[in-house]
Amino acid sequence: MAKMKVNGTDQTFEAEGDTPLLWALRDLAGLTGTKYGCGTGLCGACTVHVNGEAVRSCITPLSDVEGKEVTTIEGLSGDGNHPVQQSWRELNVPQCGFCQAGQIMQAADLLKKNPKPSEAEILDAMSGNVCRCGCYQRIIAAVRHASTGA
Amino acid sequence: MLHYMEQAKRSAPSDDGNELTFANVSRRNLLQAGTAGFAVAAFANPAEAFIKYPVGGTAMPNGLKYDPKIFVSIDPDGTVNIIAHRSEMGTGSRTSLPMVLADEMGADWARVKIIQAEGDEPKYGNQDTDGSRSMRHHIQSMRQMGASVRHMLASAAAKKWGVEPSAVKVGVHEVTSGSNKAGFGDLAADAMSLEVPKFEDLSFRSEKDFRYIGKGNVPMVDLHDITTGKAIYGADVMLPGMKVAVIARPPAVGEEPAKVDDSAAKAVPGVISVESLPITVMPAKFSPLGGIAVIAEHTAAAIKGRDALKIEWKKGPHSNYNSAAFTAEMRKTAAEPGKVLRKEGDMAGAMKDASKTFAREYSQAHMAHAMMEPPVAVADVKADSAEIWAPVQSPFGARQDIAKALNIPIEKVKVNVTLLGGGFGRKSKCDYAIEAALLSQKTKQPVKVQWTREDDIKHSFYHTTSVERIEVGLDDAGKVNAMRFNSVAPSILTTFAPDSGHQFFIENGMGHVDMPFQVPNLSIENGKAMAHTRIGWFRAVSNIPRAWAVQSFASELAHELGKDEKDMLLELIGSDRKLEPAAQGFPKDFWDYGETYAEYPIDTARLKNVLNLAAEKAGWGKTLPKGEGLGLAVHRSFVTYVASAVRVKIVDGKIRVPEVHQAIDCGYAANPERIRSQMEGAAVMGMTLALYSGVTFENGAAQQGNFDTYEMVRSDNFPETVHTHIVENPFSVHASGVGEPGVPPIPPAIANAVFNATGKRLRDLPFGDEI
Ligand code: FES
Ligand code: FES
Repeated sequence: MAKMKVNGTDQTFEAEGDTPLLWALRDLAGLTGTKYGCGTGLCGACTVHVNGEAVRSCITPLSDVEGKEVTTIEGLSGDGNHPVQQSWRELNVPQCGFCQAGQIMQAADLLKKNPKPSEAEILDAMSGNVCRCGCYQRIIAAVRHASTGA
Repeated sequence: MLHYMEQAKRSAPSDDGNELTFANVSRRNLLQAGTAGFAVAAFANPAEAFIKYPVGGTAMPNGLKYDPKIFVSIDPDGTVNIIAHRSEMGTGSRTSLPMVLADEMGADWARVKIIQAEGDEPKYGNQDTDGSRSMRHHIQSMRQMGASVRHMLASAAAKKWGVEPSAVKVGVHEVTSGSNKAGFGDLAADAMSLEVPKFEDLSFRSEKDFRYIGKGNVPMVDLHDITTGKAIYGADVMLPGMKVAVIARPPAVGEEPAKVDDSAAKAVPGVISVESLPITVMPAKFSPLGGIAVIAEHTAAAIKGRDALKIEWKKGPHSNYNSAAFTAEMRKTAAEPGKVLRKEGDMAGAMKDASKTFAREYSQAHMAHAMMEPPVAVADVKADSAEIWAPVQSPFGARQDIAKALNIPIEKVKVNVTLLGGGFGRKSKCDYAIEAALLSQKTKQPVKVQWTREDDIKHSFYHTTSVERIEVGLDDAGKVNAMRFNSVAPSILTTFAPDSGHQFFIENGMGHVDMPFQVPNLSIENGKAMAHTRIGWFRAVSNIPRAWAVQSFASELAHELGKDEKDMLLELIGSDRKLEPAAQGFPKDFWDYGETYAEYPIDTARLKNVLNLAAEKAGWGKTLPKGEGLGLAVHRSFVTYVASAVRVKIVDGKIRVPEVHQAIDCGYAANPERIRSQMEGAAVMGMTLALYSGVTFENGAAQQGNFDTYEMVRSDNFPETVHTHIVENPFSVHASGVGEPGVPPIPPAIANAVFNATGKRLRDLPFGDEI
């Protein structure tokens, strides 16, 4: 059993402590915006925020999140209008869209810590997130756009 | 694939029933019909705005449907509901096809709602979303249905107001006549009960009046949901009482479990039961591989349980498959004469008389699609009915296969299509949905089958592995006078039929027999290679190895002869002409992507045009700093012409790709914004497959498993700027494929650029990121 706050609401998961946060969120809390892509921390599709830090939920056991605050794509902003989400829409970033929740959560984390990242910092911060459809050019542009408006 | 085969049979030149339908709609007939018919102010008659042309879609199973009453409904509040009958996997077809209909109809896109069709081809027409066919096959039917609804709305208004139809104007989401005015919603009930007008009686919007078609101003319908986590993909379907299954499949195709110890698996908290699925071996179409399934309360427990299974596998018919040995064998075969598929002149004689010969060989490893969403499906099977939710590219094909596997009549099987988290051809094969259906039937509860990433890479329907050998003979003037092009690769057909060792007409039509070089003495050959794993189509299919070989070879030959690479390519392509399959020794079963050749001929002028365009935009011929190089490649696939000009930069011994120019001629460009996104994505996928994508086999088992061993291009090294140049065409230049044709020219363009940067020639895919 693990207790935590998910998107601002108290949540108790009746599951083993080694259960990855990803599956607890998806299968037990029904928050399916967070995606499975590799299960081993290699693709970023499962990125959520734990106490404000981007983590790969597929390799984060519930026991590590006990008493903490989890934010998923569903809770990133009340109205879906976080600047990163807006920027993603303005630049028509997605193709299939499957990786994009993870990309957005990663980008939001970067911009919170570093509101005006350099190009190299953007590329580096986003390099853990795979997009098989190949939207990188727009992803990077959208992070830049959310940061500077350019 | 069976669809392809059926289609090819039905579109053979001798059977032109479909063409006749269109041929009868002559310009004269149309003009007469236009005047006699129902004229709506401000719209041109069909002869001016839209001349219908034959398209391969009519020969696909269940063809094309033109009934707007099936595709469109209008709510009293004016909401226009449009059916998306193709699967959305990232190309944008779920947006672009309804957009065509809406524009022609006069609907305001902001008031359009998209409804995803379930798998039902008798109702919606062909739904097989592959082969870069969505826009190519359906743009005409979408326009026709849009125009039909517009006419019906105008007709209903004319009746209601007692005015002449010609006095009625259809604007954006409203109909007017003098002071009379009505919204689409007000007229919907009357309009939709009218008879659907014939094509001949329709008027069409002229191109200059399009609001959305050709503009690229309509965002993807799922954009908001995707960015807020609300979009529903396969794994996001949750049913009450649903359990999750993860399956241990045989390491090599056809291996049977000899001993299963499931005690540790059953001890995992949350695990409910362990079930076995029958083992299959090719040809088994899309039947699952079989294996041992662990069913659990949730996904984490199912994965943990599956991983705790201890299984000893008995050797099977393909347990000796080893990639290194197999590639060596293919090389040997490629050097020998193969089965001749196309013959022009006397290759052997001309080769003997050549003053110089030049030969090169290019190989490619197997690839897995690795779409971001691994295979997944949910099934709820009852005693005499079944409902499935799955990300499938061919929902009706899946429905047929599932009905057969369950032994339930197809009318009792419903297949709901979710969004696809990427498809790339993998999700045309519905084995994972059959697995879910079988397990649900067996355990009498709703079941989700979830594939892990390792399952996906280790148990794919792999892109084939190949060796392509090209030999040329030059005359005294240094002109290519003879050419032998031998392609050796296990065939996709082995998924469907006993293995003959030879590729079949669809693979042959993908850059092999249709090779466009103007060489008087030509022999296009296919050497034998047997399949030892499941082979399936992967985005762009056989065009990848063919473009890889032909476009690398042209560059090598240029360097050998001291010529400019672009000049060499232009010289090899030769004069502006349309290839003549019959006169040029093409095989009788030549497959032009299922299209009528006369409508989509191989046009060398268009091929050269995109090459020149990409080269010019990239600044071909300019001097680059040391360690940088430009590379070119051009290829026609899916009846579309694409050239890539790639700039490579070697940094600390690593291949980087700062810039790509993609020039595409895909006929009429219906949604330039999504065409650009496809070209950008193709550059990334092309770079990934050039550098990294190799699945190799040892003792029948795939050696790669996750993104550590099967790497992807990421934002730390990717095609940083992709410029897409779309050749502008009027509607009369038939829209052609977009999803796939951007991929094939990328790997050879990168390799050619690497050569120009370093002097090192790469001939084997994947070639790694270090040089
Ligand atoms: S699913 Fe967690 S990093 Fe890939
Ligand atoms: S949009 Fe498809 S994986 Fe990123």
